[in-house]
Amino acid sequence: MKKVLSVNNLSVSFDTYRSEVKAVRDVSFDLHEQETLAIVGESGSGKSVTAQSIMRLVPMPPGKFVGGSIIFNDEDLTEKSEKQMESIRGKDIGMIFQDPMTSLNPTMTIGKQIAEGLIKHQNMSKNDAHVRGVELLKLVGIPNPEKRIKQYPHEFSGGMRQRAMIAIALACNPKVLIADEPTTALDVTIQAQILDLMRELQKETGTAIILITHDLGVVANTAHRVAVMYGGKIVETGSVDEIFYNPKHPYTWGLLGSMPKLDNHGEELKAIPGSPPDLADPPKGCPFAARCPYVMKACGEHMPAYYESSETQKTACWLLDERAPKVEPPEFINVGGSKVHG
Amino acid sequence: MAKYIMKRIAYILLSLYLIITATFFLMQAAPGSPFASERKMTPALEKQMEEAYGLNDPIHEQYIDYLVNAITFDFGPSFKYVGQDVMDIILRSFPYSIVLGLEAIFIALGLGVLFGVFAALKHNRFGDYTAMVIAVLGISVPSFIMATILQYIFAIQLDLFSVARMESFWDTILPALALATTPLAFIARLMRSSMLDVLSSDYIKTAKSKGMSQRIVTYKHGLRNAMLPVISYMGPLVAGILTGSFVIEKIFGIPGLGSEFVTSITNRDYTVIMGTTVFYSVLLLISILIVDLIYGIVDPRIKINAKGGGK
Repeated sequence: MKKVLSVNNLSVSFDTYRSEVKAVRDVSFDLHEQETLAIVGESGSGKSVTAQSIMRLVPMPPGKFVGGSIIFNDEDLTEKSEKQMESIRGKDIGMIFQDPMTSLNPTMTIGKQIAEGLIKHQNMSKNDAHVRGVELLKLVGIPNPEKRIKQYPHEFSGGMRQRAMIAIALACNPKVLIADEPTTALDVTIQAQILDLMRELQKETGTAIILITHDLGVVANTAHRVAVMYGGKIVETGSVDEIFYNPKHPYTWGLLGSMPKLDNHGEELKAIPGSPPDLADPPKGCPFAARCPYVMKACGEHMPAYYESSETQKTACWLLDERAPKVEPPEFINVGGSKVHG
Repeated sequence: MAKYIMKRIAYILLSLYLIITATFFLMQAAPGSPFASERKMTPALEKQMEEAYGLNDPIHEQYIDYLVNAITFDFGPSFKYVGQDVMDIILRSFPYSIVLGLEAIFIALGLGVLFGVFAALKHNRFGDYTAMVIAVLGISVPSFIMATILQYIFAIQLDLFSVARMESFWDTILPALALATTPLAFIARLMRSSMLDVLSSDYIKTAKSKGMSQRIVTYKHGLRNAMLPVISYMGPLVAGILTGSFVIEKIFGIPGLGSEFVTSITNRDYTVIMGTTVFYSVLLLISILIVDLIYGIVDPRIKINAKGGGK
């Protein structure tokens, strides 16, 4: 499939009073048409900064690009001016945010908030934008759209607002949709509805989705490929089956192990002991070394290269080096188990 | 909406009744009388005067008489200025005050919002610091000092305005500026903090993610939301400007309602005290109602309904 977006060795830092915080370090990934790429990781792993860097929504200063490129439509987004970015945001790349309760303007009707982008990017008249707005609301499953479009966000429930956000983000048929924890603030039944909706819309429109989340359940449900981030770096990427049933990185093992399971009777949840590294002074070697149960001498000294165990799976871990001792994944990883997508 | 306004007017009438009652009895309780001036009247003459103005009636009769007359907007004659009705005094002096007050509100609101937005957009940079230093000065310097400084610079040194004269619109500029300084500075600070708050909110990020330009994000999405605290400050602002104007009116020699109000108190001119108080109260209560109505229009989350206007 065709590549729509490719992030190459991207590094983003923030200047603070104390020092430079290296939030994203040397991150690379590709996004293909019609694909959903999940970026997972715990809080502070750099996943949101990565997403917002693509949209150039990271406030600069204090943020800054230290290196790398974001190639979209054969052009480097990191070199675009603010004016040029305005014609890309909303038109070619749409974005959904975490908290639907605060991400809609409380003093503007839903209709106007949808119409804005249409009027700007597709030169629609106000009337056409209104008609298209009703269509979009219908598309995202809001009942009674003719009436709803004239309402304000406070008249919508949380799930409805997120649907409206999706309508706004998809208004101009963007090639890429970035969803930054779109279901985190919603309750579980609504989460499932929103994820279903995103999947259906993707089938219809062919939009490529970058899904930022820390919920592996969401990943299993929605994503085709997964990138696991830790300490500002991608430590492992692979197809969703590879990540769930053949993970190679001890951090991915830890993440999967700390996922609550229904058939887990009376056993304690396996947390990963320790806390993530301080990105103001990131470790020289592997960021996970301090918490890794299999840590070796090399881990603290050098950042491991990516070892490719299949065409799609790449893992940055010294355990995969031929000189390293052979380590089996913990038993709770169901190696080669049933596929996620049937 | 109509029901809501009717209800609010009923509340205004109730408030007015309470204000009249409180003022009436407080005034009676204060020592002194309208005829107790340096030039002593003979006791017989004083008695005659008191009789003429009905001051010897039992207090409850005076109170009821006053209420009945007040309903018909008849505030009676002045005790001090023979032959002048209170209404005449108000109607003569109020036009000066209203021009001055409106001008000051206009200046305070316009420049205050402008400075506040400017400071927020230049957050933590030179422009921000400059605007906020000026704002702190504006809040700290009392209006009467500001007035004399303005008079000294613009009227005496630069000779652009007259020091104290009230003939044309040009003459109202200095007093309006002096009157506007404190609220202007206050609004600037309020606007800055609320604008900063709004600009870092999620929906601003949403607006940016739609590809809206910085200008549209700031003014269409940011300003309207950031204005809300300023609008709720408008009620107290109107009150402050109305009652605060007497000092400025004195300094600039403006025959406005503020100075009549203060003079009437020292004169124990009962009817004028009552009349101006009631008049100010009506003005204030109506302006608060207008502010509430505007708030309901700007913020759709505030529902204006007969239940009392809450959320």
